[in-house]
This record gives sequence, C-alpha cells and structure tokens, in this order.
Amino acid sequence: MDIRFRDVEPTAEERAAVDAILGPAPSAWEGGERSERDLRVAVGGHAARERRHLLLPALHAVNDRVGWISEGALDYICRRLTIPPAEAYGVATFYSLFSTKPRPQAVLHVCTDIACQAKGADKVRAAVEERLGPPGLSWHPSPCLGLCERAPAALTLRAGETPSYTVYGPADPKTVAEAAEVDEPPAEKAVPQAGQDGLILLRRVGVVDPASLDDYRAYGGYAALRRAFELGPAGVIREVLDSGLVGRGGAAFPTGRKWQATASQPDRPKYLVCNADESEPGTFKDRVLMEGDPYALIEAMTIAGYAIGASRGYLYIRGEYPRALRRLEHAIATARARGFLGERILGHDFSFDIEIRRGAGAYICGEETAIFNSIEGRRGEPRSKPPFPVEKGLFGKPTVVNNVETLVNVPVILTMGAEAYKAIGTGGSTGPKLFCVSGTVRRPGVYELPFGATLRELIELAGGVPEGRTLRAVLLGGAAGAFVRGDELDIPLTFEGTRAAGATLGSGVVLVLDDSVELPGILVRIAEFFREESCGQCVPCRVGTVRQHEALNRLRANGRSPDGDIALLREVGRAMRDASICGLGQTAWNAIESAIDRLGVFNATQGVADGRENS
Amino acid sequence: MRGVPVEPPRRLVEITVDGETVRVPEGSTILDACASLGKDIPTLCYGDTLTPKNACRVCVVEVEGARTLAPACSRKAEPGMVVGTDTERVRHSRKVVLELLASSVDLSTTPRAQEWIEEYGADPDRFGPDAERLDRPAKVDNDLYVRDYDKCILCYKCVDACGEQWQNTFAIAVAGRGFDATISTEFDAPLPDSACVYCGNCIEVCPTGALSFKTEYDMRQEGTWDESRQTQVTTICSYCGVGCNVTLHVQDNRIVKVTSPHDNPVTHGNLCIKGRFGFQHVQNLPAKEA
Ligand SMILES: Cc1cc2nc3c(=O)[nH]c(=O)nc-3n(C[C@H](O)[C@H](O)[C@H](O)COP(=O)(O)O)c2cc1C
Ligand code: SF4
Ligand code: SF4
Ligand code: SF4
Ligand code: FES
Ligand code: FES
Repeated sequence: MDIRFRDVEPTAEERAAVDAILGPAPSAWEGGERSERDLRVAVGGHAARERRHLLLPALHAVNDRVGWISEGALDYICRRLTIPPAEAYGVATFYSLFSTKPRPQAVLHVCTDIACQAKGADKVRAAVEERLGPPGLSWHPSPCLGLCERAPAALTLRAGETPSYTVYGPADPKTVAEAAEVDEPPAEKAVPQAGQDGLILLRRVGVVDPASLDDYRAYGGYAALRRAFELGPAGVIREVLDSGLVGRGGAAFPTGRKWQATASQPDRPKYLVCNADESEPGTFKDRVLMEGDPYALIEAMTIAGYAIGASRGYLYIRGEYPRALRRLEHAIATARARGFLGERILGHDFSFDIEIRRGAGAYICGEETAIFNSIEGRRGEPRSKPPFPVEKGLFGKPTVVNNVETLVNVPVILTMGAEAYKAIGTGGSTGPKLFCVSGTVRRPGVYELPFGATLRELIELAGGVPEGRTLRAVLLGGAAGAFVRGDELDIPLTFEGTRAAGATLGSGVVLVLDDSVELPGILVRIAEFFREESCGQCVPCRVGTVRQHEALNRLRANGRSPDGDIALLREVGRAMRDASICGLGQTAWNAIESAIDRLGVFNATQGVADGRENS
Repeated sequence: MRGVPVEPPRRLVEITVDGETVRVPEGSTILDACASLGKDIPTLCYGDTLTPKNACRVCVVEVEGARTLAPACSRKAEPGMVVGTDTERVRHSRKVVLELLASSVDLSTTPRAQEWIEEYGADPDRFGPDAERLDRPAKVDNDLYVRDYDKCILCYKCVDACGEQWQNTFAIAVAGRGFDATISTEFDAPLPDSACVYCGNCIEVCPTGALSFKTEYDMRQEGTWDESRQTQVTTICSYCGVGCNVTLHVQDNRIVKVTSPHDNPVTHGNLCIKGRFGFQHVQNLPAKEA
C-alpha cells in the first residue's frame, strides 16, 4: 500500500497530544525531523499496519487536548500509524464525540433521551438553546448519558492539557449552561438499597472505598480468583455452566457455553472483551458497578481470561463515562502494581492484562462485532455473522464478549458455588439481577432483586409514581425493548416471564411513565434515537429508521391514526426486523410496535389513548 | 480442453431451493446455487470481482429455521439447507428495500432498478412528498470522471475496489454515519488533491452510475447519451506490456467510455489511468470533425 498524505502540518499542541500516546516520531517518514538515516530505511509493512488499533486512542488524544481534529492532526496520526487519511477520516466522522470542524474546548451534551424526556428534558434543551443558540458547536442534544436516575441530565466535556468534565443531574434549566463546578454525588446515590443486607452484586457499593484495593480485599475481593486457580480453567467453565448464568447485556446467551466454545478453539491468541459501552437508553447499572466497585470487574475479567485462555482483555467503555473511566484506570494500575494483573498473577503460571478502550459516542459499538471494529481502529460497523466471535472475533481471533454485569456475577458464582447461586432466582433465570429504574418514580436508581420478583414489587420498591398520578406504561428493556401497560404489573421479571408476556428484559431497563408523560413524544424520540445511531451500512436500517421517524412525527402532529402511516410503519418495521444486518435495525421497531398494539397510542378514537380500554 | 483437473474436485453440498434439489461445490453461496438453477435473484451491492459486503439486502432469501432473512450473495450453502427465494416474506423485504432506496436516492441510471420496482410492486412515493432524500450535488472536480453521490446506494464497492481488494490506493472511504454516511476523501478534499490515481476501477464496479466517465456525464446532461447507438469492441491496451483488455464503448465514432472484462483472469476488470482514460489520441480527428 502506497499512502499519499496531504502535507498539512499539525500544530505543536496536536503533535504533543499524539506523541503523548505514541511516543515521539522516530523518522521523517512518520512526520518527525528528517535525518540522514531516513533515506536508508523502509517503514510500513505488517509491523506498521498492526498499530492500526491505536487510531481511536490517538483521535481521542487530539480531541481531548484541542477539542476537535484538524486536517493537520489527522494527517500526522495517519503518518504515525500508516493509515490512509481517507480511512481515518471515515473513522473520525463515525463518532459523535469527535468533531472535524473547529469548535470550542467545552462542549455541553444535553440528554434528550427517553428517561430525561419523561422528566422535563425539553425545558432544559429550550433553555440551553436560548442561551447558546442552535446546537452544533458548543452544545449538542445527546442520546442517553447513562445518568437516568438523575434525569434530566447533562454533561460538559472540556478539552485541554488536563481534560475535565462536569455532570449535571438533575440539570436545572436556569443554570445548566453556566459551566459552574458542580459536585457529582457519590456512585451509591444511584443505589437506594446501598448498604442493605442481602445484596450480592451491589454489596460493596457505598461500603468500600472504590479506590482502595485493600478495602476490596477486606470485603471478600480476590477470594474468587484464588478459587479459580484451585478449580483450573475447565473447572471454572464447569461452574459457570452449572450456575445457569446467561448474559446481562441484552441477548441472554448462556455465558458458560460461550466460554467453552472459545476455550476449545485451536486458534490462538484468544481475547476477552468486556462490553462497557452501556448505551441502551435507560441503562446505567454498569456505570454504577464500575464507579462503585471497580476491582470487582477487574477480578472478574481476570477469572474470565484464565478460564478461556486469554492473556489480554479489552475493557471497552463508552466515552461519556469519565468518572468510571478514571476509577477503572486507577484500579487497573493498582492491581498491576500489586501483582493482580500482569505476569504470573499471584505466582501462578498465568499472565493477564487489561487495556481500556474508550468509545467516542456510538451506540452501535456495543454490538458484539462492531466493538471489534471499533477497537481495531475501523468504523464501528457490525460484521456479518457467521463467523461468530467465538471463532473469529477481535483481530480475527476467538473472542469472548461479555457485559459488565455478566462478568461481575462470575466471582459470586465461584465464591458461593454454582449450586447456591442457582438456588437464587427461577429455574430459567438464575441469580441476582440489576434493574435500572427511571422515569416518573419517586426513587429512581439501580435495584438488585433475585430473578422472579414481579414488576409491581420492583416499582413499589422504587416508591411508585408520584402522588396523584397513575402509571400509564412501563418500557422494559430500553429503546430496543417493549412497552407494557400499567395493568400488567404482575409480569415476573425473568427472561422467560417477560418473553411469555411478549416483552423482554433486555439490559434491565424499567422506564416508568405516568399520565403526565406525552407518549407520542417518547415514541418520536425512540425513532430518532435509532435513526441517529444507525451505522448506515444496510438499507433497511439506514433508510427505514428515517422513514419510521418521519411517520411518527406525522402521527404525533395529527394526534390520531391516519391508517396509512400505521400500515407504513408496520411494513417498514417488518422489513427492518427481517432484513437488517444487526440487532439495531432488527429491533428498531419493537418498542414502537408494542406502543401501538399494546398501549393503543394513536388509537383513532382517542388520540393519546389510555391502553386499558383498547387491549 | 484440459485432460487433467488442476485441483482436486471440491465436495458437493446439497441444498433445496424453492423445492428443487441442487448440488453445488462446498463454499458456494446461495446466489451461486440459484444461478446454477437459472434463478434470477436481484442484487445491487454484490460484485462478481469483490468480496460480498451484503449491505443492500435486496437479495435476501428465506432460510428455513433462521430467525431473519439471509443475504443470498454472501451466505454459504450448508448441507440440507432449505431456501425459499420467492416467499411472501422475501418479496415483502425486497419490495420495502426498493421503496426505501428509490425514495431516497436517484436510481435513474441503475440498471434493472425500474424493472424490479415493477416486479415487486414497490411504490417509492408512498412515503410522501416530505420524505428526506440525499439531494447531493454532483462532484465535478476533474476532467476524467464525475462522482454523483445523489445516485449512491452506499454499496461500498468503490471503496473496496480502491482499497485492499484491488487498487490499494485507499483514496476514498465511507465517512459519516447513518443516513448521512457518504463516500468521501479525507476532509472531502477534491479528487485532484486526494490520493486518487484515476484508475477508474471504482467506476468499473459502481452499480448505479453514481460514478461515471466525464464524457458520459456530459452527454447525459446534454441529452445525447444513447446506448442503443453504441457499439463495444474489446481490444488490448497498447500502452505497456501487461496486455490488459479494454472494451471501448463507441457512439458516433467517438469513444465515450472504457470498461474492462471482469472475467479476464489477470486483471478482473481493473485497469490503470492509461488504459481507462488515455484514449483521446486515437480520436484526434481532422479539424472538420472538431
Ligand atoms: C445495537 C446493539 C447495542 C448493544 N449494546 C450493548 C451494550 O452497550 N452493552 C452490552 O453489554 N451489550 C450490548 N449489546 C449486546 C452485545 O451484542 C452482546 O450480546 C453482549 O455484550 C454479550 O454479553 P453478555 O452475553 O454478557 O450479555 C448490544 C447489542 C446491539 C445489537
Ligand atoms: S442494522 Fe443498522 S446498525 Fe446494524 S448494520 Fe445495518 S445499518 Fe448498521
Ligand atoms: S479512480 Fe482508482 S484511485 Fe481513484 S478513487 Fe477510483 S479506484 Fe480509487
Ligand atoms: S459510488 Fe457507486 S460503487 Fe461507490 S458506494 Fe456509491 S453506488 Fe456503490
Ligand atoms: S441520561 Fe437521559 S435518558 Fe438516560
Ligand atoms: S446483493 Fe446481497 S446484500 Fe446486496
């Protein structure tokens, strides 16, 4: 490959930002000083191309330092990493946190997603718009920021030599744009049950100091890794299989089977990817785990790596989680310094380390193959399956992808034993489960309950809807999930129970909507979310999500159902479900379909219908 | 005729397509199996010289037992597979895909698009007059070829041809996301400032006419482009010793574009700037013609 660069020089600041990640440029070929030696060496080839995976960190470095990515900066990154500039531009423009146009150093992201919309995000948005003008440069409307318990939420990301951030939640329309320092409440504020007896996954949140490895160990940390070394890799997989653990990221696939399939591949090396992209609207449980108990995830990943025979794990965390990122960086560095990561962990013949990769604003990168492309420095587009990740995943090697919550269950299984673990929950859904309760409830937050509790019990735990309000609908599973009515609260919160009710647990989203919420507005937002987050690869999703959004806007404006638009939604939705490449397009119509069929929104006689009468 | 097979015979895989049994060599796609049965499956992003990207989804078929439809162009035939190529589900998705495309993109120069729209009963106007379209102006920034991305269905074929599958120049890539995604050079630089070497191998594979010779683009603008008055002759490029095949498309005794046969075992339809665009000298005719 013969790459042509367009001699645009980086500024000193841009060069410093890139060099801080990649080291100083070794030769003129990579954009450094020209020397005699440069005329006699060849660069490029496989060794250079294998550095492609550093593209995303390098783009972040510039964006963090300057606030945006100029032609000169992009060109310099491409020289350093032997990447064609057109491809790097394609990657930089894929992510919404990057800008390839000049913009201010501080950018305000105002959440306009479903949980925030139910709590007055429109007012925040309008106030910000009034003060800062139309969105685009200094502020953006944002998809769910994973701060739904503090809705309406907003986040300022500030570039500079030391990048900083400010979280607003609940955002006050009057003050949100003034970048005043706001103290962020501790992680456990999102856990109304914090400190209570009987918690399993959340037992350390708010109890231990998340920075302290000693605290972690004093509360049972790293006992499971020792147990794993006793059991051996096959023994760990057996325990996980016996426990009945299934994935908590949304697809509910048995974790033990995934591990076994990967472990048994002859190809090597193997990789572990922890999916901490958490971008399903209404989901914030992984954030709370990572902020409140970061070492638990480090230990869990180490055990998973040991079981499947991986010596490297990637922790892919969404770009909008600055506090979780800092805590994990600190926890990894501490664990490494103390021999819990790195060569010969705890003296055993097992080496494992974790590299953090930060997303940059793309829901689709949580899809299990898009996450590989993102880590590899390519556009975060899903790959077509087969081949499946267990055969050909990250860098084309056998890979396990697991959600944060899934992994955090593993140390629990090893310490209590598969039998005891299996006794929690129901036959088809074992163990404890985290639920992200948001919307119009009195005590939103992350709740831990054994599988099998009913929706009613969960909502009562969260204090129900405010006085004088009636519960109209609950969105289960997020934007890719389904609505149920206010009179269906006896649904058991299990995989099988929600499936039987025609809904899904998805990522554990329980978004409660009372009669103060304008449902068609929520549906328009869901449609807008899919339209904006579609990667654009396949036609049914790329154009279908646009047509779906347009039709819902029309229906909302008309307030009732011209049959044409409902029929159109059904036809487009069916094609998206049948013919899209990945889960995003395949589920983009689910929630809207359930709102039409189950809640009777757009019912001809009622405008905004109360579902009870139409079921 | 060769007497001795060069490769050991491949194992055959037996599958059922629309009730008919067919045996195809291992590794064949469903599309290959359909071709061997003489079935005509619509395709847009599939290219006979490229690795399937399976992005357009117009070729989807129903595979028994599968939750979703499968792209025929890339899904490999597996023993015992039962495939339906014309079921109601298949026809529905193809119809909607054609509606979505035709309502957002200018398909006027996409061969067979109109035929399929009629065959599947697609009604691109059903999304109403306000349905968002690409509406992109054509990029005319050099003398050799035009990029009219208003006609682009984002099939990725030009990117693959320019990149690692053939040309290894990497002048273009997909930029942006979702409905706003488009084919672009870095920072949307004009082609003459980009890495492009004008091999025209992207034009060769473009299924929509979004990429076209400047000659063709100008003649279409003037209304003089007329394929019924064109002849094609395949000859050998005279510039160097490789011996690439060039197919000259001639209208009114002038070369109006150059393609190259895809079944050529050496070049697979690829050329360089000389073979693709260096034809002016053969038609520097006496002044009375000019
Ligand atoms: C569009 C899309 C987005 C997804 N986002 C996430 C995510 O943010 N976090 C996550 O854990 N899984 C996400 N998933 C599910 C993953 O593809 C995958 O199933 C999961 O990470 C596997 O881990 P598990 O088995 O532990 O659940 C997403 C799936 C799709 C289709
Ligand atoms: S379904 Fe949507 S997100 Fe998934 S590959 Fe297709 S366009 Fe991309
Ligand atoms: S003409 Fe050749 S080099 Fe230029 S964009 Fe097309 S394929 Fe790439
Ligand atoms: S320009 Fe042509 S080849 Fe390239 S993506 Fe668009 S339609 Fe496909
Ligand atoms: S933070 Fe706004 S919806 Fe989640
Ligand atoms: S031709 Fe098969 S998906 Fe496009």
